[in-house]
Amino acid sequence: MSQDLGLWTVPLAVLGGAIRVSTPFLFVSLGETITERAGRINLGLEGTLVFGAMAAYATAVVTGSPWAGVAVAGLAGAGFGLLHGAICSLARVNDVAVGIALMLFGSGLAFFLGKPFIQPSAPPLPAIPFGFWSDLPQVQAALRVNVLFLVGAVLSVALWWAFRNTKAGLVIRVAGDSAEAARAMGYDVTKVRVLATMAGGFLAGIGGAYLSLYYPGSWNEGISSGQGLMAVALVIFARWNPLACFGAALLFGGAGALGPALQSVGVSSGYYLFYAAPYVLTLALLVATSSPDRALAGAPGELGLSR
Amino acid sequence: MVADAAPSGAQSGMMVADKRTSPVIQFLAWLARRAEAVVIPLGAVLAGLALFSLFLVALGKSPGTLLDLVWRGGFGSAFALQNSLQRAAPLLFAGLCVALPARLGLVVIGGEGAIVLGGLAAAVVAPPLSGLPAPLVVAAMALAAALMGAAWIGAVGALKAYRGVDATIASLLMSYIAIALANHLIEGPLRDPTSLNKPSTLPVGAANMLGPMPGIGVHWGLGVGVLACLAAWLLMERTTLGFSARIAGGNVRAAQIQGLPVRRLVVGFTALGGAAAALAGFFEVAAVQGNANATLAAGYGFTGILIAFLARHNPLAIPPIALALGGLEASSGLIQRRMQLPDATILVLEGLLFLCVLVGETAYGRFKIFSPHLWASKKAATA
Amino acid sequence: MTKTDLTRRHLLGGAAALGLAGLPGRARAAGALTVGFIYVGPKDDYGYNQAHAVAAKALKAMPGLEVIEEERVPETNAVEKTMESMINLDGAGLLFPTSFGYFNPFVVAEAKKYPKVQFRHCGGLWTDKDPKNAGSYFGYIAQGQYLNGIVAGHTTRSKKIGFVAAKPIPQVLNNVNAFLLGAQSVDPAITCQVIFTGEWSLAVKEAEATNALIDGGADVITCHVDSPKVTVETAARRGAFVCGYHVDQSPLAPQKYLTGAEWDWLPIYKGFVADVQAGRSPPNFLRGGLADGFVKMSPYGPAVSDGARRNADAVKAEMLKGGYEIIKGPLNDNTGKEVLAAGKGLPEKAVELESTNYLVAGVRGAV
Repeated sequence: MSQDLGLWTVPLAVLGGAIRVSTPFLFVSLGETITERAGRINLGLEGTLVFGAMAAYATAVVTGSPWAGVAVAGLAGAGFGLLHGAICSLARVNDVAVGIALMLFGSGLAFFLGKPFIQPSAPPLPAIPFGFWSDLPQVQAALRVNVLFLVGAVLSVALWWAFRNTKAGLVIRVAGDSAEAARAMGYDVTKVRVLATMAGGFLAGIGGAYLSLYYPGSWNEGISSGQGLMAVALVIFARWNPLACFGAALLFGGAGALGPALQSVGVSSGYYLFYAAPYVLTLALLVATSSPDRALAGAPGELGLSR
Repeated sequence: MVADAAPSGAQSGMMVADKRTSPVIQFLAWLARRAEAVVIPLGAVLAGLALFSLFLVALGKSPGTLLDLVWRGGFGSAFALQNSLQRAAPLLFAGLCVALPARLGLVVIGGEGAIVLGGLAAAVVAPPLSGLPAPLVVAAMALAAALMGAAWIGAVGALKAYRGVDATIASLLMSYIAIALANHLIEGPLRDPTSLNKPSTLPVGAANMLGPMPGIGVHWGLGVGVLACLAAWLLMERTTLGFSARIAGGNVRAAQIQGLPVRRLVVGFTALGGAAAALAGFFEVAAVQGNANATLAAGYGFTGILIAFLARHNPLAIPPIALALGGLEASSGLIQRRMQLPDATILVLEGLLFLCVLVGETAYGRFKIFSPHLWASKKAATA
Repeated sequence: MTKTDLTRRHLLGGAAALGLAGLPGRARAAGALTVGFIYVGPKDDYGYNQAHAVAAKALKAMPGLEVIEEERVPETNAVEKTMESMINLDGAGLLFPTSFGYFNPFVVAEAKKYPKVQFRHCGGLWTDKDPKNAGSYFGYIAQGQYLNGIVAGHTTRSKKIGFVAAKPIPQVLNNVNAFLLGAQSVDPAITCQVIFTGEWSLAVKEAEATNALIDGGADVITCHVDSPKVTVETAARRGAFVCGYHVDQSPLAPQKYLTGAEWDWLPIYKGFVADVQAGRSPPNFLRGGLADGFVKMSPYGPAVSDGARRNADAVKAEMLKGGYEIIKGPLNDNTGKEVLAAGKGLPEKAVELESTNYLVAGVRGAV
């Protein structure tokens, strides 16, 4: 039997929200970090996220296996990444513009093909009940952690390490900081960037699978509400650092849970303003940590946004 | 990267032909350069249509019927054209909100916030002025909107110029904050108590509403929007300010060495972009809704990003692209009704067309037939 | 005339389309009526729009009737053009713009512009100052939420029930009040927490709101948003019971779905169509609840007790007679102010219900 936790509901909800809501932000921003580190911006991951959500849901409905859905979403995302990467490899094609066009194309295709899958129910992804030690259903619910969240957490550490300590990480960074230097070292910059964009698309597709197969765990055309675009922007906030992406995603998810939680304990006026908390908080942190004197620390040199 | 997107076709070919060559040859060279800017996008659109036709055929639908419906729904009659122009009107302003700051290398994607707050500001100033003559009230509304938008997006520029905050993420975050703020005010302190099930501000009054443009039947946002694009082009291409902005957008160091006021330019151009976007909100209130409500956030700001990038941030290219997009969206209904296809069909078509147009960018300069040098030099040699 | 012929001609000579644009492009039986439906969201949203689309689909089977539909039309001047397009290009004679925000100024303006076309708008906004070829229809679905509340009152163990709401507007507030009053008719100690999401359709926030309600102890959840799918599924996964809204959502949560308040638009639409086909002007203002067949209930789910069924069925029988008073004095709002004195009551057709701006005592939340 659940008991009234009073004001403790709020921090608990923020914790639970951080775990539940952050995963799509995490996957998209990790993916975009790889892409941007290699010197390309893919603003179209919103479209990839939505398409991944649809592809995962449809696959899970048809095959009965949510994991098959995750795989298909990742592959579809990589496909979109390949498209972006290949088009942007042509001379004089602007990567931001291609991203925006892909946002439209990906969402449009997802809505188009996803119509027959709005009604059926798909089997959801499993979660691990880390809250088993507690008698409180609220704690148990907050600590039901999806496997993809854990994968994302591990991935952010792994990527952080790989960018510093592996050859592949070095090649990506060099391609992103100076195409000339990378060419001088004998690397095919175009190939590196296309592969990095594909990796980014793959992760964004999986982020979409989380949306439709776990939380909110449903397919409809309003499933994303701009999370992919926000996650791409969060990469700048996280200064292209995978560990910081994890932090930014948690912050964003947790702050998003604030609005409903505050209403549930009786703070009910001005809820629109509470719902804006993630944006206000991110902006405040961004302003506080920026400085007019130094260029954005960690920004890949070849990136259009940093100029 | 953004600076690279500055219009390449517009000027570079103009003065290539030698002064000694005959006017005919000069004209041919000029024509060749211009033809490129028409033929390549057209070819890209055809390629996009061909790809989309394959998609339709795979679904067992007739591409011919769809093209016919796009034509009839978006362009083929006075009514269809009116429909498209009406949809294009707010997009002109939204496109400028991206194109103007882009001249300085800033990618501003939060124009939606300026539209919403601009509309709200316009709606708020009207009721207290209700006794004044309508032209004055309308002017005050437009001014309030423009100032609000200029302050909002100008703040993005100021954050960039004085704090080094990235404009892309700042503008996006601020657009969400703007929408939340507007919703809060519209449903709270500024709510007209008689707006029961559709929370709105007090009405601006029927006398203060703008009618349609004579002969066109579309509200004045269209005319003002086209003028704004023209003005923006003049500012960018024909004034010292615009030239300075281009230098600063290309290379901040160089601009600073030349003593250009880079920070003030950044704030000024973002503020102008914000004022433009806010006018879209003003027209929504003064020509369409009659008050400010939640539908001010209709997504025009996000469509504007696409338009500006397709226009390569050239303000003169914004109106035709906005019209093309307006026409596609206008035909969406007909396609739904006649072909039993979902509303997303037009999104897929738009996405494909724009991808092809962007791929087409790579073709510029690759076909010798379009090279002014080909015409000018060959003929000059024989002359 | 065949469609392909027209197509070719149009492709060859674009200007030819100018002359033909006024003609209905579809081969239609002479004298057939074309009816246009306009939806604000996708028509298969498991919610508000689907409730209308289901009725539109049923109409398609009727002879002498052409049904055209357009989905995801925003509440901007785009809807004006959609209406004009249906009239000019498809020859529509009767239009159903189904979203609330379409009415003013858009439906009013179009009705003035096209006096021969009949416009019937879903929402109950028409007054006699508006054009006579326009009109409104709406259902008293709060009755359904009251019955939801009765079943919820029998089912809840925590004595807390929850409501995910979009915006604090009269229609939503009536539903919240009715849901709690229904539950309190079973046990006056029951309270209801409401959480507003601020938007009609926002999946993640609806899921978060549902979780927050359940974390706060609520064990029966209902909602008033455009698409209840997310709320129903999230609540069921957390082990809470749910009452549906707009359409029957029982397939989404077969074990946890108790019952639901559904629209039944088909009789209204059939009536309007019959009037227009007979050359009559359909009624300008039409409202009704359970008694009029505008609102119906989902079948009871397996978790509903016999007592709950009996109680709900009995009240439903009362409602079917018409004039049932959900809001009945003595009644205070949740700030302690008196809403209605003892002995007074508001039957479903009372105009006061159109301007509800309070939550009744026992609702946790503020307007």
